[in-house]
Amino acid sequence: MKRLLLLLLVAWLAGPPASHAQSPEALKALTDLAVDDGDKREAAVNALGTSRDPKWLAFLGALRDGNVYARTQGKTVEVVIGGAKSTRGDAELIEIASAYDRKPLGIVPVSSLTEIAADRRLRIAIKPFLDADETRAQLASRDAETRRGAAVKLGYQADAGAAAVVEAAIAREPVERVRHALREALALIRLAHGEAAVRILAAQSLGTLHSFDAMPALQTLAADAGASPAERDAARQAIRQIERWSLLVRTVETVFQGASLASILLLMALGLAIVFGLMGVINMAHGELMMIGAYATYVVQNLFRTYLPGAFDAYIVAAIPVSFLASAVVGAVLERSVIRFLYGRPLETLLATWGISLVLMQAVRSTFGAQNVQVENPSWLSGGVDVLSNLTLPFNRIAILVFAAGVLAAVALLIAKTRLGLFVRGVTQNRHMAACVGVDTAKVDTLAFSLGAGIAGLAGCALSQVGNVGPDLGQGYIVDSFMVVVLGGVGQLAGTVYAALGLGVLNKLLEGWAGAVLAKIMVLVFIVIFIQKRPQGLFAMKGRSAEA
Amino acid sequence: MSTYSRRDFLKTGLAAAGAGVAVAHGFPSILGAQGKDPVKIGVLHSLSGTMAISEVSLRDVVLMAVDEINAKGGVMGRPIQPVVVDPASNWDLFAEKAKQLLLQDKVAVVFGCWTSVSRKSVLPVFENNNGLLFYPVQYEGEECSKNVFYTGATPNQQLIPGAEYLMSKEGGAYKKFYLLGTDYVFPRTANKILRAFLLAKGVPAANIEEEYTPFSHQDYQTIVGKIKRFSSGGGACVLSTINGDSNVPFYKEFANQGLRSENAPIMAYSVAEDELRGMDTSALVGHLAAWNYFQSIENANNKKFVNAFKEYAQKKGLPGGAKRVTDDPMEAGYFGVYIWKQAVEKAKTFDVDPVRKAVYGQTFAAPSGTIKMHEHNHHTYRPVLIGEILKDGQFKIISRTKGLVEPEPWSKYTSPDKGCDWVKHQGTYQKKA
Repeated sequence: MKRLLLLLLVAWLAGPPASHAQSPEALKALTDLAVDDGDKREAAVNALGTSRDPKWLAFLGALRDGNVYARTQGKTVEVVIGGAKSTRGDAELIEIASAYDRKPLGIVPVSSLTEIAADRRLRIAIKPFLDADETRAQLASRDAETRRGAAVKLGYQADAGAAAVVEAAIAREPVERVRHALREALALIRLAHGEAAVRILAAQSLGTLHSFDAMPALQTLAADAGASPAERDAARQAIRQIERWSLLVRTVETVFQGASLASILLLMALGLAIVFGLMGVINMAHGELMMIGAYATYVVQNLFRTYLPGAFDAYIVAAIPVSFLASAVVGAVLERSVIRFLYGRPLETLLATWGISLVLMQAVRSTFGAQNVQVENPSWLSGGVDVLSNLTLPFNRIAILVFAAGVLAAVALLIAKTRLGLFVRGVTQNRHMAACVGVDTAKVDTLAFSLGAGIAGLAGCALSQVGNVGPDLGQGYIVDSFMVVVLGGVGQLAGTVYAALGLGVLNKLLEGWAGAVLAKIMVLVFIVIFIQKRPQGLFAMKGRSAEA
Repeated sequence: MSTYSRRDFLKTGLAAAGAGVAVAHGFPSILGAQGKDPVKIGVLHSLSGTMAISEVSLRDVVLMAVDEINAKGGVMGRPIQPVVVDPASNWDLFAEKAKQLLLQDKVAVVFGCWTSVSRKSVLPVFENNNGLLFYPVQYEGEECSKNVFYTGATPNQQLIPGAEYLMSKEGGAYKKFYLLGTDYVFPRTANKILRAFLLAKGVPAANIEEEYTPFSHQDYQTIVGKIKRFSSGGGACVLSTINGDSNVPFYKEFANQGLRSENAPIMAYSVAEDELRGMDTSALVGHLAAWNYFQSIENANNKKFVNAFKEYAQKKGLPGGAKRVTDDPMEAGYFGVYIWKQAVEKAKTFDVDPVRKAVYGQTFAAPSGTIKMHEHNHHTYRPVLIGEILKDGQFKIISRTKGLVEPEPWSKYTSPDKGCDWVKHQGTYQKKA
């Protein structure tokens, strides 16, 4: 049975669909389907499937989805495909169409039909026909990812007969990574079914292709006492090659993952480094400012979807400045209305900003609802790029990495090179002296605070692309943000950068080794010990700081 | 505790006399019902805190069932008066509020809890005061309380069928299993049972991987990388008990690193329609979930239920309004109220012990089809369904058991020697070898 199905599958993958329409066998099979006899029904499915006719395959698909009905007209039973349903008054109506060419047959009450239910047995019978058809369609798809998925699937199945199809596909494949997957699939098929000489060649080529998928098969071959020594040697050689490659891939992967986590930590902590690090305000509402940035992104996304659906993919570009401004404005209002009265009183600031964070969360909950909201990735931020074989780096993470670097550069320039940056540094180092030489310290405070808030907004915008957007988004990140700033050393932007990088990579190294739960605990323990030994953080402010 | 003043006595007396007169004169009995005291029931679901996202919907659906029953004359002629309390996702508060419901409000029955830890925390309260709790969520089993009826799935009604489906020819004959969960009691116990099941089915230990993440974990890069290496060579799938909003980053990362549902499907045990409401579902499409109910079930009862809930949400001005969806725990919460009503009517009293005995073997035409309460183990016979996630956050049902599956609170894979029986035994008992 299985052999037969395999042969059928192969025949299908190779041959063009035959176009003998409604043959008498097919029609007989159709009436058999309506009979309450498991064997007959299964035979009917096989008869329809082997016709290789796309229209019958579509019919089988409808059968599997439970959209096929039997209609009794006088003495004859007609099999029809059901479509859209509607209700008129009490009666439920359904559009029906003929089984083969889907000619519309009008709208009838559902009660006049009996559903031909596809039970488990029938669905198992249908599956290979549809799968083979699907794989064939996928190999011819215009989307490279779909073609690659089909290639991987063929490699997994390693059916001897599929080799010809794969060879043909390699010849016409324009995209390198899909060709790579196809070559891998071909070698896997040959490894499973070829002669000894072919298998040696296949093993060698799998080695040079660095095929992770071949590892189980190669290991079996290397341990197979029945195989020739040359075969086993080739397999062992290939395994060594793949393992070396695997080590390289894992190293690159861990470094990238660490850098990606670091970029997110950096974005979160950068705003806080200004507000807490430079200004000394313990802002517990920092996380909520991120949340506002994320919700601003959500609003922009919805506006684009409604008014500019054609340019939907570009919404994120518009969302960046909007989220910055939204959080910066909220930050400025906070500073003017509450925080400026509390400078130099850290305990009161802590309590007040914590209260503010609750107010902000509840405000968002009341406006947008307690449920998380959907922020969709633009299509160019979905998926990933294959840097090396078996190493895919997601686009959204690369984008955030670049974005974080850009924000960092902009902030560093702003603080180091501009007049505002000079004033900020001056005021934070010696407020009274700065005031004496004519700096409007109140204004500088407001600007610096809203700058920090705006950067939090940018972080929120970036986070919306990798995580959830909900009212308590900020809660999950506030501890990490403080951790980075404290570890880096208060009052230093550079310290924040190094701390973010260090924590990111350390976390990912530990996670790969000990799992996510333990890694988190170990990082916290490490920080506790570190702060004990070096309370001033990685980089301490040198020189005469104003109020120490 | 209760004070019965002379005025109350007069009132009840008059009402009873009035009712007597009404019946004697052949008035419809509903008029008599209005004269009777309402019967109080408790609703113990978190309306604030982290669990509010899931539990608020359960309160809504219980109150809807109460409204429906009251509109038809109440239970034994007495209208139901729900007492809604908010345990605020705080486990200690759950026990406190349960005590208040049982001792102060003297409710006849309580509908409530979601997380296992909240259920464990109220358990002694119900057992010491002989209360009655209907618990509507699928859970890890290994419990058999005299004072609780479990209307959600036991492990053999959800976990095992989900894994079985993936092992079957129809499901894709997968051979390697990555058990991934959030780090708390349900995933830990679920994975213990799944592992025992897989080993019993001849899956080698090397083909089973187990991993946990903290609550609201967001960064799934490393884990997805591991799954990718695990799945090389094909035949691998993921059995996920990841809870709540960690699912979005997980599925996103999964898709972005190039893993596809055709080659490595994820079977989720904690993702239902209500959770999918707040998610960008594009990365989830094609992955699977195992439940006892989906909103997409086609039958007249379910259609009525779904429409009634949407109408109810709109009428009461609940957030989401007509866009609200129904899911498995909501269905279990809903039919729980009706099971209790039928049992009370059978026992002809609101007292806990007779009602408890009357629940055994009770059937009800629920939205998922006719379900049946177990004859002696306090759980529920339910159908098991496998669904595929669609873009609109609904499920396409791709597999369904024939008939109902018997609940097994003690999994035969981890505790083969234990059984649960409140008729012939006193709860959990040792089976004879």
